[in-house]
Amino acid sequence: MLTYIVRRILISIPTIVFVSIVVFGLQLLLPGDPALALAGEERDPAVIAELRRVYHLDEPIWKQYLIWVGNVLQGDLGESIRLKLPVGDLVTAKLPVTMQLASMAILIAICIGIPMGIISAVKKETPLDYAANVVALSGISVPSFWLGIMMILLFSVHLGWLPASGFVKPTESLSQNLQTMIMPAFVLSSVTTAIFMRHTRSAMLAVLRSDYVRTARAKGLREPRVIFRHALRNAIIPVVTLGAIQLGELMSGAVLTEQIFTIPGFGKLIVDAVFNRDYAVVQGVVLCTATGFIFLNLCADLIYFLVNPRMRG
Amino acid sequence: MVAASVADDSTLIKRPNAFRRLLRRKGAVVGLCVVAIFVTIAILAPWLAPYDPIATNFLQVRKPPSSQYWMGTDEIGRDLMSRMIYGARASLQAGVISVAIAVCLGVPLGLLSGYCKGWVDSLMMRVVDALLACPFLILAIAMAAFLGPSLTNAMIAIGLTAMPIFIRLVRGQVLAVTVEDYVEAARALGNPHLRIAIRHVLPNVVAVVLVHSTLAIAQATLAEAALSFLGLGQQPPAPSWGSMLNVARQFISQAPWMAWWPGLAIATVVLAFNLLGDGLRDALDPKES
Repeated sequence: MLTYIVRRILISIPTIVFVSIVVFGLQLLLPGDPALALAGEERDPAVIAELRRVYHLDEPIWKQYLIWVGNVLQGDLGESIRLKLPVGDLVTAKLPVTMQLASMAILIAICIGIPMGIISAVKKETPLDYAANVVALSGISVPSFWLGIMMILLFSVHLGWLPASGFVKPTESLSQNLQTMIMPAFVLSSVTTAIFMRHTRSAMLAVLRSDYVRTARAKGLREPRVIFRHALRNAIIPVVTLGAIQLGELMSGAVLTEQIFTIPGFGKLIVDAVFNRDYAVVQGVVLCTATGFIFLNLCADLIYFLVNPRMRG
Repeated sequence: MVAASVADDSTLIKRPNAFRRLLRRKGAVVGLCVVAIFVTIAILAPWLAPYDPIATNFLQVRKPPSSQYWMGTDEIGRDLMSRMIYGARASLQAGVISVAIAVCLGVPLGLLSGYCKGWVDSLMMRVVDALLACPFLILAIAMAAFLGPSLTNAMIAIGLTAMPIFIRLVRGQVLAVTVEDYVEAARALGNPHLRIAIRHVLPNVVAVVLVHSTLAIAQATLAEAALSFLGLGQQPPAPSWGSMLNVARQFISQAPWMAWWPGLAIATVVLAFNLLGDGLRDALDPKES
């Protein structure tokens, strides 16, 4: 088991190295001279020369990469041009907000998607199954930013139940925090709910056809016991690992949700940085998200290894 | 040569069956019809649009749907229906072109990776892992940010971001195909590698690429709408469903109809491509035949 874990962690290292190359390589996409792009409206040659020196733009590209990686390994992701703050500090400040949003979204997806998948599989080819499939297909197809706007229209503008935007820290007021976060979390969870539903349904359908479930039924066990004790315990394994991967996807989806509901999280940070040409922040956010994503993938593999007895051999 | 003719014959026999199987699936047929309708609307936009999509009319600002303006007007009096019709062009164009970029780059690279194996394969797979580790939308936003906001750059960003999945998909398929007897036979006959790869391996990858391309168009259409919604795609005054939603957000309480149509259109097109992709996957699956 230890060998597997160590091997799996070692495999992640070259991926992280290549991610760092991809993130660093993003600045090569900048049309023209990067120093001019960083200078913005400023056209003073002295300022541009200083920028070139500070950001090592006069060095060969491989050396620039090594300097950048060296700084990243020391926790220095650069400085935000607009906010004049270290990117690392900005990421640390915004990450908890997005983590709360993503965690709430995944909780909603589990509570809705998995039961829907079970019902859909157990009641296969009945109106309930068709309805669940329609909901799942809609979840995948409806753009989250449109769903968000429609929910604001209904719950904030027409019914006045929930605030349309804003954020209150949970340390200030937990109830207000939940009021501001519930609608964004629901919007963010729509795709994940659909994915959970579809995976649970197909996993349950496969398991319900297996011999041991037939044996359990033949023994005279009651249907709920067959479904929850025998079928679901095996069907849920791939869904659990999927959950860890989906958490990473939710961090990406949060970009749009945070923009619609004006939540000051990770997603809003990258969008604001994009419009202010704050490239260090863009690179920092992409690097942190990708590293987090690799870590979550690693967790997913380890969870799969731990919960699947056949993997432990 | 024998191997090639056998492969060609099997392709000829399979094609009508696969198409018939596709037509037997109601969902796929609905998807195909909806896609065909939207493509027709996009092509015939100049003849179908009742008004100029960028012409403003300050006497008709934020008018609800009526017999004169079927979908209403926007914040500067532009006809929403005309903008929706022209917006279909941008959205479908973005979906198709970005996937074409992903296919044109991803298929040869996947073929190379799977066929060469060894260090080429290992190196390419690590790069693919790295690209797949960056969440799709965040990487697309970052690329679009560095390239600059425009529809062309958004398409390039989405295409490059969608490419790694094609590399991985094709590589897997190639690895499975290259151990088949007919490929061994083609090798034994002394065919050059390039000919084996293109004539014997590539045709076996087409079905998988076709299915994934259809599903990828749905994802690319959504991504373009998302980038335009964030202001990184189609630039005003040119219409795009995503950018129309971005503007509609600011007038949600005064003119909710501005948000209805673009969202419905995006959802319908994405759903249609998903249904078509699912249907194609089932129709081209040998187990289904």
